[in-house]
Amino acid sequence: MLIETTDADLAERSRPSALRKEFRQLTPTPTKMTPATAWMLAVRDRRDRAAFAALFDEYAPKLKGFAMRGGSSATEAEEIVQEVMLTVWRKAAQFDPERAPVSAWIYHIARNRQIDVFRKERRPLPEDPGLPSTVDLDGGAVLAVEQEANALKEALARLNPDQREMIERAYLGELSHQEISSQTGLPLGTIKSRIRLGLERLRHELRELR
Amino acid sequence: MTEITHHAPDALLAAYAAGSLPQPFAIVVAAHISLCNDCRAACAAHEAAGGAVLETVGEEAVSDALRGRVLGLLDAPSVPEPQFERVGIFPGPVVEAMRGRPPRWTPLGMGIRQCILASGRQGSARLLSIPPGRAVPDHSHNGLELTLVLQGAFSDETGCFGVGDLELADQSLEHTPVADDGAECICLAATDAPLRFSSLIPSLLQPIFRI
Repeated sequence: MLIETTDADLAERSRPSALRKEFRQLTPTPTKMTPATAWMLAVRDRRDRAAFAALFDEYAPKLKGFAMRGGSSATEAEEIVQEVMLTVWRKAAQFDPERAPVSAWIYHIARNRQIDVFRKERRPLPEDPGLPSTVDLDGGAVLAVEQEANALKEALARLNPDQREMIERAYLGELSHQEISSQTGLPLGTIKSRIRLGLERLRHELRELR
Repeated sequence: MTEITHHAPDALLAAYAAGSLPQPFAIVVAAHISLCNDCRAACAAHEAAGGAVLETVGEEAVSDALRGRVLGLLDAPSVPEPQFERVGIFPGPVVEAMRGRPPRWTPLGMGIRQCILASGRQGSARLLSIPPGRAVPDHSHNGLELTLVLQGAFSDETGCFGVGDLELADQSLEHTPVADDGAECICLAATDAPLRFSSLIPSLLQPIFRI
């Protein structure tokens, strides 16, 4: 069951009560998850090498572009791609499509590896919330996360070039906290409502874990 | 567990997610996220935004050699990274910063004790232990100070901070945190520049105590 989503839908669905209801109604097997999510799950649950190769072909060029945009040489960028993709393979058990889209998970790993390798220090990470279950996947939750990620991507595409540049620099790690604070009125604000929707949903989900 | 009321501001979480926070601050934010599901979710949202940037920032073709190398290394042995769990009042990232050992306290006078976890050009992170009812001397900051309560509570001009609460202070705030009655107040604090104490003697002691 894939639902056409409008902003109003998203706002409605981010309410906890609506969410709970919806999650119950959706079938546990998602009928239409993105190929990236399906590949990642195949890697996680079956150690599927063909799926990993597909993920590599999808994300390696993006990771290289991202690293070079952040100032790495082509050679360094390929080292980063290698580190990140191998980490994706090794830590696949931690991937939880109900909590994060593939792109966010790979971004998280990329930032960790870049700090560990290039700053020669271990990035402080929060306590691990525990490995996701591999048996009862909540298809509705997976789709909701994917839709949220897609909406964020579209919101990013709609920014004017200056705003977009600022957002890119912020998430490339090129702006200090103070610089992000002083820029908040501009680009972060534009995507803030998107972030907030995703955030409410995640917060609700995390509350249920307690 | 008491409800956390003082959270990490959005810009701080964005900077943490992007990996642009100096190490001492990153330790405090990671420790706060370990205790605070709201901020864990907010951080995940920022990582989703980072993922959107990763998806759209532009691609560069990778060499065939790289592809072959990565696919060939899938079975290579790798050293698993150490995981640090919570120990008592100390969240995993603090346990990691203490290298898995209990804190080694150094007296600062007036019953106040500290344990330095990290100190360098980027600033410092330390544990502070303040006896009930005791005030930390008046101080203001050259830069940013983050304080996370791990045990007990303290109050200052801006409010009351309990376990899990995060206080963010900068140049504009001159404050006198006072530990609440009850348990000793233990905090994790990070600064990116030496604290400036308002009275003369503590400022003379600063280089000695590396505050």
